Amino acid sequence: MTYEFLVASAIGVLVAGGIFLALRARTFQVVVGLTLFSYAVNLFLFASGRLQLNSPPIWSEAVTEYTDPLPQALVLTAIVITFGMTAFVVILSLRSFLESGSDHVDGDTLPSDTQDGLRDENAQGQRP
Amino acid sequence: MTLADHLAILPIAIPALAAPFALLVMRRRRRLGIVISLVSCLAMLASALALLAQASSGAITAYELGDWPAPFGIVLVADRLAAMMLVLAATLALLALLHAVMTRADRKGWHFHPLFQFQLMGLNGAFLTGDLFNLFVFFEVLLIASYGLMLHGQGPARLKAGVQYVIVNLVGSSLFLIALGLLYALTGTLNMADMGLRVASLAPEDQGLLRIAALLLVSVFALKAAVAPLHLWLMRTYAVSTPAVAALFAIMTKVGVYSLIRVVPQVFGDGAGAAAWVPAPYLLPAAMVTTVIGFAGVFVARSLSEQAAYAVIGSTGTLLIAVAGWQTATLGAALYYLVHSTIAAAALFLMADVVARRRGGFADSASPGPDFADRNAVGLMFMLAAIAATGLPPLSGFIGKLMILKSVSALPDWGWAWGVILTTTLIGIIGFARVGSALFWKQVQNGQVPAPAAARADLAAPAIALALLAALSAGAGWASTYANAAAAQVLDSALSARAVLGEGAQ
Repeated sequence: MTYEFLVASAIGVLVAGGIFLALRARTFQVVVGLTLFSYAVNLFLFASGRLQLNSPPIWSEAVTEYTDPLPQALVLTAIVITFGMTAFVVILSLRSFLESGSDHVDGDTLPSDTQDGLRDENAQGQRP
Repeated sequence: MTLADHLAILPIAIPALAAPFALLVMRRRRRLGIVISLVSCLAMLASALALLAQASSGAITAYELGDWPAPFGIVLVADRLAAMMLVLAATLALLALLHAVMTRADRKGWHFHPLFQFQLMGLNGAFLTGDLFNLFVFFEVLLIASYGLMLHGQGPARLKAGVQYVIVNLVGSSLFLIALGLLYALTGTLNMADMGLRVASLAPEDQGLLRIAALLLVSVFALKAAVAPLHLWLMRTYAVSTPAVAALFAIMTKVGVYSLIRVVPQVFGDGAGAAAWVPAPYLLPAAMVTTVIGFAGVFVARSLSEQAAYAVIGSTGTLLIAVAGWQTATLGAALYYLVHSTIAAAALFLMADVVARRRGGFADSASPGPDFADRNAVGLMFMLAAIAATGLPPLSGFIGKLMILKSVSALPDWGWAWGVILTTTLIGIIGFARVGSALFWKQVQNGQVPAPAAARADLAAPAIALALLAALSAGAGWASTYANAAAAQVLDSALSARAVLGEGAQ
């Protein structure tokens, strides 16, 4: 029960934090939120083969207790894809910031970031 | 083993090989890169037509990758629906490529042709695969390529829309993975046919989880299909994309609809317990709202490309009204309309580009400008494209909408469906007429005269698209018979389970 509780609550906290950050207005926070969310998804996929401790992942006639190898392959694929995607979205938001002079997701250059109480003087950016 | 045995993998293998070759030669020999891209699209069309001929007899070809037996390895399944979608994708790709090369839009940035080929590889893979995780992978392939294609040509507007598009799809992909993880944990398989058999024997305490997984998966497909309220990403993305690219994107929302049609009857069909037909009660209202939003957008759009983007939403909604019936007749009508609406949307995007290229600074905005070259010919073609998009005779949209109206009249909610489809058609007609009269009839004298268009070559691709719609209208008998047969095949989940897993599967 303890392992399952630990993993489940870790996934839950990561998802909650990820969604909260993904709903923010600035691209940096959104990217961090998406990263947290993808960590949670990877953990979740890993756990979908049940949490089995100290068992080999390969089935053979001699082994009775084994852990499901398929989710490990799936999670590897998912990690590679999300890693590439995160790198892409970082570069894309940087280019977007440099070209339009605003790091707001909705492309708004007006000060609108009152939600976190920060002053928005730096959100305008400078055109290079 | 002959080539015919490997026919099912060809639509994926051809672009997968063409893309790196195009990438290698594009730097030095631009023409060779274009030739590679064109030859690849033609070869794809040929292989898709061969698959169509093979599937039209009703045979379901299951191709086991690496010869791993079915539930353990990944299978490609080529049935009537998949073959139809492959032919549609290859045709649309040729149109978009022709337009991009003719208007030299492919020279506005790097790597247009390799990205175009990767996009097609993702599309073809998504249409062929019989494995849910493989479907996710092909979704990612087509999305990654579409990010690059969408940003083709650069500029702040594209970058801004690109950030939103990428973020929305990243969230969608994460939800897709959660749904897949749940389904794998419950059934222990990722093969669609096998999963369809195993959901029937789930324990009662797992039924709630199955329901959650099914609804999550369907929401992801709805996001791809731009169904209200998940449609907000589409307008900006499509309206700012290079028009040739937007024409190809016309099939991207259809990938969502296709996945819905493929997965729901196969996995969440009659035997799925608590998850049987789980999206059915939500799909019809969502589809009706989508239709209304789409055609209302057509009515108020400020530019032709924005109008075309809203027309995509409206046609997807109309399509899903028919899909929501989940019967052979409604699904058959939907499949016919799917082919029509994809080509019609592409024609609208191409016409927007044709107009924008001739009007200089006025671009494709829906306001009167000075006279421009080929005004009458362009106006006539725009009218034909608008006729197709709203569903007036004589083009295939009329037949498609007629079939949808006829088939949904057997459903309990037919009054709502009829009301929404007929009202939105009227709104759409008024919207297109408003924009068309502003662009082609009214004229302001004091505006600067735009430079005349260099050539009329850019009229070729939209003209071919309109000719295809006329052909779809002329061949409606054959096409609707095929669509109905495809619908019957996809609704009979036992049929494909036998084809994929062998005769013994129950």
